[in-house]
Amino acid sequence: MNCIIIDDEEMARAIIAQFITNYSDINIANQFSNALQAIKYLNQNDVDLIFLDIHMPDFTGFDFIQTIKNPPKIILVTSDKNFAIEAFEYECIVDYLVKPITEDRFQKAIQKANAYQFNSSSLEKAVVAEDNVKEFYVNIDRRLIKIEMASVNIVEAKGDYIHIKTEGKNYIVHSTLKKIEDKLPKDLFLKVHRSFIINTKKIIDIEDNSVLIAKDVIPVSRANRPELMKRLNLL
Amino acid sequence: MEQPNLNYINELSGDNLDFKNKIIGILKKELPDEIAVYSQEYINANYLLTAQSVHKLKHKISILGLEKSYYIAEEYENNLKNNSTNLNADFENILKCMQDFVSHL
Repeated sequence: MNCIIIDDEEMARAIIAQFITNYSDINIANQFSNALQAIKYLNQNDVDLIFLDIHMPDFTGFDFIQTIKNPPKIILVTSDKNFAIEAFEYECIVDYLVKPITEDRFQKAIQKANAYQFNSSSLEKAVVAEDNVKEFYVNIDRRLIKIEMASVNIVEAKGDYIHIKTEGKNYIVHSTLKKIEDKLPKDLFLKVHRSFIINTKKIIDIEDNSVLIAKDVIPVSRANRPELMKRLNLL
Repeated sequence: MEQPNLNYINELSGDNLDFKNKIIGILKKELPDEIAVYSQEYINANYLLTAQSVHKLKHKISILGLEKSYYIAEEYENNLKNNSTNLNADFENILKCMQDFVSHL
């Protein structure tokens, strides 16, 4: 995996580079002290992963992300905890490291980066469900709340919001069904209707055009029914 | 007052003395530069740019294990963004303490 480091602080670049020496499969292709140099580089070179500082003079990390076409996987590195919420708006951001970075936290970020795979034709991202990615975070009232993926029963689209129903709690989150679909493991979750994603392990029973999960009857569209039936372990 | 330490750098370096020396070398070079930029922005009374300089210095503050000072810096950064210089004296004491420590490394 080829990566670049973008940070105006030499200290930060040196620390990240040192952590990377523990990973034989990650190669530092280049390091940049400003985003503009990195953009020029990316116009001529492909990379798989970027370690990106947010606060840089002239051009912030977020400016950078908005400028480059088809951004690769990005791990944000910053001294500021307050941008975590904004970071969640960008699908290319796989993790958010707060300086000073610890080895354990860095390792977790690399695991998250490895858990992402790109479709080579479109560069659209698909999340591969790995043992180390078992949860996701949602932004509710400026708090990031952890939700265990396996605990999610259904996700329902409601206008500009999604309604996440888990075993214990329900959450209303400002997001789209598409965004959460990309985050959820494909082997566990299935979009059965334009407004519903279900956890297929939580199905209690199925009728012609609906499934029962907990106490909710979820409609299944005709187009999605064959895929649902394929997932079931039928006698 | 809270005193700087090398705990984080030691932990990061382990047995790798070359890396430790490299980090200390960067610290000795970057810290005075960052402080100089901060001081100039403060003299110019451009508090938004001063806040950016404080933000950048926060990493060095945390690397030197100054946990309480980090929060002072954070609050000072926010004050500057709101055009207030409250906590300036506290922050500059932190800088002096760091400079003294780093100059003896």
